[in-house]
Parts: sequence; structure tokens; C-alpha cells
Amino acid sequence: MSDCHDCAGCAVAEAPPGLQKSARTHVVAIIGPPNSGKSTLFNRLTGLRQKVANFPGVTVEQRVGKAKMHKGATPYHHDVVLVDLPGVYSLNPRSEDEQVTRDVLAGAMPGIPKPDALLLILDCTNLGRHLVLAAPILSLKLPTLVILNMADDLASRGGHVDTAELANELGSPVALISASKGQGVEKVFQFMEGTSAGTTSLSPPRVELPVLQDIPRCRQWAHDVGSGAAYQAPAPPIWTRRLDSVFLHPIAGPLIFLIVVAGVFQTIFSGAKPLMDGLQALFLKSGHGIEHILPPSIFRSLLVDGILSGVGAVIVFLPQILLLFLFIGILEDSGYLARAALIADRTMAKFGLQGKSFIPLISAYACAVPAIMATRTIENKRDRLATILIAPLMTCSARLPVYLLIIGAFIADRPLLGRFFGMQAGALLGLYVLGFVAAIATARLLKSSILKSERVPFVLEMPPYRWPTLRSLGLRLVDRSKVFLRRAGTVILLVIVVLWVLENLPVKNGQPPEIADSFAGMIGHAVEPVIKPLGFNWKIGIGLVSSIAARETIVGTLGTIYGKEGTEDSLGLRKALQSDLTPGGAIALLIFFAFAMQCMSTVAVVRRETGGWKWPAIQFAYMTFLAYFCALIANEVVRSGVFTLTAHR
Amino acid sequence: MLQMSVNSGPNAAPDASLARTLAQLPEGEAGVLDHLELPDDIARRLMELGFLPGHIIVPARSAPGGEPRVYRVDGSEVALRRETASRLILRPSNGTANSKPAGKGSQL
Repeated sequence: MSDCHDCAGCAVAEAPPGLQKSARTHVVAIIGPPNSGKSTLFNRLTGLRQKVANFPGVTVEQRVGKAKMHKGATPYHHDVVLVDLPGVYSLNPRSEDEQVTRDVLAGAMPGIPKPDALLLILDCTNLGRHLVLAAPILSLKLPTLVILNMADDLASRGGHVDTAELANELGSPVALISASKGQGVEKVFQFMEGTSAGTTSLSPPRVELPVLQDIPRCRQWAHDVGSGAAYQAPAPPIWTRRLDSVFLHPIAGPLIFLIVVAGVFQTIFSGAKPLMDGLQALFLKSGHGIEHILPPSIFRSLLVDGILSGVGAVIVFLPQILLLFLFIGILEDSGYLARAALIADRTMAKFGLQGKSFIPLISAYACAVPAIMATRTIENKRDRLATILIAPLMTCSARLPVYLLIIGAFIADRPLLGRFFGMQAGALLGLYVLGFVAAIATARLLKSSILKSERVPFVLEMPPYRWPTLRSLGLRLVDRSKVFLRRAGTVILLVIVVLWVLENLPVKNGQPPEIADSFAGMIGHAVEPVIKPLGFNWKIGIGLVSSIAARETIVGTLGTIYGKEGTEDSLGLRKALQSDLTPGGAIALLIFFAFAMQCMSTVAVVRRETGGWKWPAIQFAYMTFLAYFCALIANEVVRSGVFTLTAHR
Repeated sequence: MLQMSVNSGPNAAPDASLARTLAQLPEGEAGVLDHLELPDDIARRLMELGFLPGHIIVPARSAPGGEPRVYRVDGSEVALRRETASRLILRPSNGTANSKPAGKGSQL
């Protein structure tokens, strides 16, 4: 699982996937089976100098980075570019991953030059099975370093291999390393120095390579090669078995699972709270600071009321997202994620999904963007697509400010179940349940119709438990921050500025217009006929239009429109809404936000992950229809007076 | 999954000669894979993970509710749903479930 994880880097914005091959570029591809430590080695060799994109035209992730070569180690200052290939067991092109791997190795992948050398990484605690991949790789006749990873595990569990003899048999150099601890990594650099200088000579394998299509014979070949190199398989991982007897215990297992899930939730909500409050205060302070320094002007208004408050409202979510990724990183790197997927599988299967969909869906409670990227751990393409399509229905944190504002204004704060659970909390919980029910109902619908399952069975490899390293966790978080801040600095910034301009034009007598006469007001009036049946007026219309980019924008927009402070706690905004929106319209607005896909970042990431506009278009249409239809019904039901809502006016 | 009821309960006799499919093999007992009754591409996928004819497979822990179950095979642990495990047919064994038949490449 650790090899196809999403978050060692994930750029929403399209990074240029192609590599410009110049005379000075030396391309080295890293290939290995899943769970061989490929990504760990890639991170070790490149550090932060890596880029993540997709291979052109497919959903397979492409990671490219520059190797941290010693200065002067390579003649003519060659750049050594590393390409991380997907984790595969063979090169038989049955899956997209294998096809991509084959194409890159053959030099048939557009934008990626044919590799000059290969790093074949294998888990030496399971050399018998992993060596099978050596047969097709060595038959390519490219300079190849065979890397036996997890040397520390092999030694501590009493295994052994004669690397000199293995190198002799395979005709390729062999390096015994531990990528996570950094042991022996210098041998990998030395190899790349040699190949980039052109001093590495190819020698044919001494052992005869097997017929590649015959898996039993390939396996037998691997066994024989291993025996020839005096390979002694290590003892079973005692600690993994002990931990599994707890984590997969019939009673303790599910309990721990629930505690872990609750922990994720708790972290997303309350753990991030102080950090978020701190960030919010920082933005407010700097806004006041700027107001002190600059004289009142259009420019100051744009800077403080537009950019700072708008972008700030989004950046406030950074701590939540980073904590979530820290959590997922620990779960994944430790090996618990595979156990969680195992425990969740039966429940998820009832909705036509599978265990590996569980963590992405939980992540979607924070934000659909990382959740959709986390679906990369699902190999079954249809299950993955179904998970991507339902993830935005889960209640993400960007809906929270909107919910808090509307619930605070329209639902009476009366006790519902005892003193500690009031109507407002009940309404909030109800909206979370609503999103979840919509998600699983949609999953069932999809899996019984257009995404009816392929015959691919559920297969889940259980990696041994390992300590997560600070290095790998840190790399993920740095990367996540970059992606998130890029989004706040581009899409959201743009919308805020455009909206601010629309609110302040056309200028009349040198003064900005009344909001109703501004371009924004005109847009609001234009959409009013469409949204009137839902109980929304033109002001809500402006909010809805602005929130197509990002949901939370509506809070800031309504704040500006009603001429009040744009925070969800503002009593002024609540009062203004109470007098301007019917209870039916308020409930309809909540329902609309629960279902509508108002998030350009999600649309962008779905396009990227599904390799085209088809699925995001279908998804956007479906969710908008669902939102409109349900909001319409909600408004009618509330208006007809079946339920009475008591607003505290 | 009707065939499941025969020999899967905790009180079932640990008589491996009755265990025809992997899904019927009790936890902790070794079985030798004979063949895979699965479409070619899926069988190959499982074979790459070590589910090869002649290899020894030991069922380990399962998720609550009995599936999916983790299987120890060829040096690693792989979880399968019951529907998949019931398509993996075991070699008949003469009652000594833990004897190691002359399987090729299974001990590496």
C-alpha cells in the first residue's frame, strides 16, 4: 500500500509531466513490487526535489525528481533525473500500472525519455517472491542495480543472502540497503555516478532467464537464483503477529478500530481548533495593522476586505488538513491502514464498495481533495471511481462555516436530548448524516448500474508493522502544505478579487455603487428566477454564484453584501439573514450546501484523477440536480408548515 | 456459499481431507494449493502474490465476521474475501494436515 500512496506529493495544479531530455540529463527509473520500499528510496534519493503529476492520459501517478548527487561527482555536471514507476509484480500489461511501466521502460511514454539505467528494488525479507520481477527487468538489458531493501529486517530476523554471489548470478550489481534508515544508500549513488559517466559495463546474467509468461516457472527460477545466493529467508515477523492478534482480535480489533476512527474525527475538529483560532486572529490582526498603516483607499479595501479576509478564511483550514494527513501518514506507514481496510471491508461491501474505500471517505470529512487523492490506494478502478464520485457528498470542513451560520440564525437553541445535546447540535449532526446517507446511496446506485463491478476480486496485502519515520511524515506534510497554499493563492484568490471588482463596479460619480446596482447585484438578480422556488433571494444568489469556487466563500460574500462583518459568529449577519430569509429558504440553503459540488478544487482534482472532463461533468450535474431538487422539496415542506421552526429573533 | 457450512465452524473436525477449498481450511492449518478456479487474468494476479499450485497456504486471522481472511502464503500475508478463497482448490490430504508435500519452490 505504501507504494501507491497519494500524499508523498500531490499537486492539484497540473505540473508539467514531461521531461526535457537534454544531453546532460541522465534518466534513471526506479521499479519494484508494491511494499518494497520504492517510495521511501525515491524520497531518500531526491528529498524535496520532486514533482508529482500523472502520466499523460492515464490516472497513474508519476513522480519525478532530481537525485541529490554529490557536487562534482558526475562529469559534465549531468543532472540525474529519477522516475518513480508504479509498484508492479510483473510487466504483463493487464493493469494500467503495468502498461505505464512497460511503456516507460520501452521509451514509448510521451514526455518521458527512455531510461538510461534502472534501480530494481526488492524486499529482501521476501526475496523468493520479489526476485520474480528481476527476470523481465534484466531481459531489458539496461544497466540495472538490484537493490535488496529492508536489510535491517533481514538481519534482525535471522535471514541471510550472499550479495556477491547474487550479483554474479544476475550479472548486475547488487546493493543490500535499508532505505528507511539510510543504510547503504551511498551504493545507489555510486551506481548512478557510474552509469551517468558511462563507465558501467553490461554483463549478461549467468543464470538463464525463464519464459516470462509462465508464472510458476518464473517463481521456480527465483527460488533457484535465491538458493544459489545462499538465501536464508528470515523468521516470521513475531511483532507483526503479536500486534495482529490484538488489532485483528474479534472483539478488541473492532473496538480499537472505532477508537482510531473517533481519534481521526476528534483530531480533525477539536485538535486543530487552537491552531485555527490562532491563524484567524493573525489574519484579523494583520488586517487591522494594514488599516493603520495605509490610508483609506480602494486598494486598501481590496487588500483587507477582499484578499486578506477571503484568502484568510480558506487558509484557516490548513491546520485541519495537515493534522488529517499526519494521521493518515502514521496509519499508512505503520501498516495499520491495511488492517483498518480489512475490518471495514464487510461493511463497505454492503454498499458495493470495499475496505480500501473507507479511509478516503473518512478523510472526506475534512476535505474532498485529499480524500480523492487518497483513493489511489484502491487498485480496482471501478471501486476507486465510485469512491471518487461519492467523496464530495461527505460533509467537508468547508461546509461547516455555512452550517454554523445558518443553524445559528434559524434553529432554536433548545434542548433536544438532555442538557448537553440541543436542537442546534442535532441539526448539525443531521446534516452530517444526510451527507453520509447520500454518499452510500449514490455508491449503491453507481455500483449497481454504470460501475457494476469488474470481476477483479478484493486482494489486500498485509505489510508488516513498522515505525513511521519522521522524515517520511515530514515530507508528506510539506508537500500537502504546498498544494493547499497554491490553491488558496490561485483559484480562491482569483474569485475573491473578481467578486470584489464586481461588487465595486460600475463606478457612479466616483463612488462604488450600491450592492444592488453593482455587477454582482446584476448577476444575483439574473439568477433570482431560478433560485426563487428554493426560497432564496438575489443576495443569496450572489453568495451561491461566488461559492461555486469554494463553499466557504458564501459567508464572506454575504457578510460584504449585508455590509456586516463576514464571520460566522457575527450576530449582525445572523440578524440580517433572519429578516431576509424565510425558515424554508434557510433549511433549503442547508440542504443545498449538503449536496451541491461547489468546489472548483474538487472538480480539478477529479478531472486529474480520472484523466478527463467526463466524470467531473457527470458528478457536477448529478450533485447540482440533487441539491436543487432536495432544496426545493425542503422549502415546500417547511413552507406548508408540517414542521414548525422557532427562530430566536 | 452453501458449501461453506460443511467444515468452517470452530467445532468442525480438523480433518483436512474434507477441506476442498481454501475457504474451508480451518485457521492455522496448512493446505497445499492444487489449482485456481478463476478466470485466467485473476488467477495470474493471485499467482503473482504467491497463490501458486503446490504452495502451502495457512489461513490466519480474519476480520470480525469471518471475512476477509488473511492467508500466509509464500512469505507474505494476503487477505481475500470468502468468495475468492472458495475458488482456490486444495490438494486432497491424507489427514496429516501439517505434512509438507513435495511442492516446488514453496519453502524459499
